[in-house]
Amino acid sequence: MTTATAALGKDLVGLEPLSAEQIRLILDTAEPFKEVSERSIKKVPALRGKTIVNLFFEASTRTRISFEFAEKRLSADTVNVAASGSSVSKGETLVDTARNLEAMRIDMVVMRHGSSGAARFLGERIASNVINAGDGKHEHPTQGLLDMLTLRDHFGRLEGLKVAICGDVLHSRVARSNIWGLTKLGAEVGVCGPMTLMPRDVRELGVTVLPRIEDAIQWADALNILRLQLERMQAGFLPSLREYNRVFGVSNDRLSKAPKDLLIMHPGPMNRGVEIDSDVADGPHSVILPQVTNGVAVRMAVLYLLAGGTPALAQSAGRAEDK
Amino acid sequence: MPTRTEILDAKAVGRALARMATEIVERCRGTEGVVLVGIQRRGVPLAERLKVLIDQAEQSDLPTGKLDITLYRDDLQTVGPRPVVGVTELPDLDGRIVVVVDDVLYTGRTVRAALDECADFGRPRRILLCVLIDRGGRELPIQADIVGAAVPTEEGDRVDVLVTELDGRDAVELVRGARP
Amino acid sequence: MSSPKPILIRGGRVIDPSRGTDGVADVLLVGGRVEAVGLNIRPEEGEVETIDAAGRVVAPGLIDLHTHLREPGNEDVENIASGALAAAAGGFTAVCAMPNTDPVTDNQAAVGFVKARGEAARRARVYPIGAISLGQKGQQLAEFGEMVAAGAVAVSDDGKPVVSSHLMRTALEYARTFGIPVADHCEDPTLTAGAAMHEGIVSTRLGLKGYPSAGEEIMVARDIILAELTGGQVHLCHLSSRGSVELVRRAKEKGLRVTAEVCPHHFTLTHDAVEGYNTNAKMSPPLREAADRDALRQAIADGTIDTIATDHAPHHYDAKEREFDDAPNGIIGLETAFGLAITELVETGLMTLPELLLRMTTAPARIFNLPGGTLVTGAPADVVILDVGTEWVVDPREFHSKSRNTPFAGRRLKGRADLTIVGGEIVYRRS
Repeated sequence: MTTATAALGKDLVGLEPLSAEQIRLILDTAEPFKEVSERSIKKVPALRGKTIVNLFFEASTRTRISFEFAEKRLSADTVNVAASGSSVSKGETLVDTARNLEAMRIDMVVMRHGSSGAARFLGERIASNVINAGDGKHEHPTQGLLDMLTLRDHFGRLEGLKVAICGDVLHSRVARSNIWGLTKLGAEVGVCGPMTLMPRDVRELGVTVLPRIEDAIQWADALNILRLQLERMQAGFLPSLREYNRVFGVSNDRLSKAPKDLLIMHPGPMNRGVEIDSDVADGPHSVILPQVTNGVAVRMAVLYLLAGGTPALAQSAGRAEDK
Repeated sequence: MPTRTEILDAKAVGRALARMATEIVERCRGTEGVVLVGIQRRGVPLAERLKVLIDQAEQSDLPTGKLDITLYRDDLQTVGPRPVVGVTELPDLDGRIVVVVDDVLYTGRTVRAALDECADFGRPRRILLCVLIDRGGRELPIQADIVGAAVPTEEGDRVDVLVTELDGRDAVELVRGARP
Repeated sequence: MSSPKPILIRGGRVIDPSRGTDGVADVLLVGGRVEAVGLNIRPEEGEVETIDAAGRVVAPGLIDLHTHLREPGNEDVENIASGALAAAAGGFTAVCAMPNTDPVTDNQAAVGFVKARGEAARRARVYPIGAISLGQKGQQLAEFGEMVAAGAVAVSDDGKPVVSSHLMRTALEYARTFGIPVADHCEDPTLTAGAAMHEGIVSTRLGLKGYPSAGEEIMVARDIILAELTGGQVHLCHLSSRGSVELVRRAKEKGLRVTAEVCPHHFTLTHDAVEGYNTNAKMSPPLREAADRDALRQAIADGTIDTIATDHAPHHYDAKEREFDDAPNGIIGLETAFGLAITELVETGLMTLPELLLRMTTAPARIFNLPGGTLVTGAPADVVILDVGTEWVVDPREFHSKSRNTPFAGRRLKGRADLTIVGGEIVYRRS
């Protein structure tokens, strides 16, 4: 159990700014919240009376619902705002949206936005806590955290673990958050995908480049398979989805050549038959559904840690609990 | 300058627990339907010991549970950094006589949180409170049904209960002037 | 308009890069022209304004080949009057105004308008640059002849690249008739679409689409080849990469009519300035790596890069106060250019002051065939008195420009203008 001294700041913008200790704190805090989701009354009053706004500029059902469950299970009041598009095209600027929310005295904002840096932009301008639910191609910290929790659950550790992230690394905020989180906690990260979808300087992030999926399967303890987006084909990065599946798809046939049983992960939603075959997704080594369960627990942990306890009052933490 | 005095030594703690075990059985008119629930952290080993004592005397096998009340505290906004949340594991509580066990009873807020949390797990027939030390200073209308020892204290004092399972020895110590 | 009063500038260190002279002297300005430069000048009787320039540098006024004055169309962020004043405050006696206004300055009426507004402002001289293509749409040539007759000194589609090689070729050939250069913003848009910063490790970490150096270098190479093919004169705007520098170096070795400019931000900052998604570090071409910055400095020092231009690009506070992807490109620069040049190029020992002044006065005048950049007798009295010793701190609130979008707030610099004279009239005096 880590000690509760590695307090988080006001916002969770990404995993890059966090220390290993802070990340461990979140993962450890998620454990008791897993238990809350197994009770028949799935609610604790920890965030009672807090107002949380889910501000989603990009459509996302699963992440939003996961956050909503996390918020409600902590007894917070939640409001969903499906804002449209970017400041430029649609009327109200992000700054004005933020200030309006602040004027309504909300406590926390969970935001997903299409521009990298948007979460930090918001966090710098409002006093409420800001949680990044995905900003452009930059980071998706709660996804990175739930991926790490799932790996830790299965392997009992993260240090020395070899995790291969497979797919469109160039455009993936999930990949970036995973790279930051895993490397900070001592895991080895590999990236695998077509060169058109791989950042040129990715090695400088401390990762191993695995040119073919076969190399990744030989090397890794776990595969984190990213969703391939149709737009990439249209933008000329790939010839076809069929070719992607033939060359990079994770199939049971390919997995059978692995030296050990690989853990199969996917952030969802899956393109069955493109980046991952159905029998792999539904197979015995897939932890795709546990990832979803862990997602709610991790998000509860993040909300809980950000919501209360100012550092100033940490000084009085020396005294014994009031019995 | 804080001063530390031992109020109960290991033997005295053992005697108190033995008496508390007997009182529990008396108040519950036997062991039928009784569940011992220890409040994290030190209530848990105390509940375990009480179980052993009662089982020996009555040839029973009492179910026990652990309750972490961190997420039910009413002061979550003011205590920081975030208190670490411990394990909660409870047997079925519906229709049972739940004996909540804790080391020290002071303001009563911990017990209030424990009552709220138990309610979320089921509907006990009856709830009793059993504490090793009652140090007075209640801020809520809460009373202990079974008390090991009553120790009058003042604001600024602290009562430390040490248990072998966590601290290496059994003792109860009073620290005067712990806080200015 | 009556002639301004004669001005005698006494005892300054007079540097005239056009003649390679550098020494303490007096400068006499009469009737809007340089009358004499020498020791102990005693003017003829009559009223003379005497200015003591002891301890300061007296030079031809600085000339900026690349600014955006936003008029017509965006007068809320800058207009010709405020831009010309900002220029004068920065030590510039002449600026060239790019035509990406709204509407585009692609005809003689528009050129004439810009010229007239510049004259009415009576600060730094404003020389209009006409568009290469109508509306800067990259299709049909604008009327170079008419625009030159109305006062245009060059043509450019800046803001945008000239994508069609055919258009660039015809522009270079056609411009030869009028003896004007074609200034190109070198960028291959198919490589840079949607890019927000330099493609490198910082863009990877920040999750922003990157603009690889190749996107600029490909067009630099193309323009050099076309300059050779056509015998035309091409001026390469705001170069940002070491690869571009190499290409220009080889072009000059071949004796081609290629000139190039670099902006102060490119020789001062790198892509690290974007950290934290700072929109005041967003411009096109973007800030690149340390090796690029160092190559640009070296190239300015050795003359491969002919001149320093500001690419002064005013933007409204609200425009820059948004998500990085949506913020417009560009920063202002008229009032920090000289200070950055002195601090980053001269104070570091990379260049001497006369070498720097050559790049900012005589050289730009030659490239665009402008009067000025010299203190030879009979030249226009465009003179600047510079303080190169006092340290000052950049405070955007003190800018004369209407806009404040600069990444240099709070930076300590040496070098600024104390007094700027255009046509023998004092157009700026630092208070």
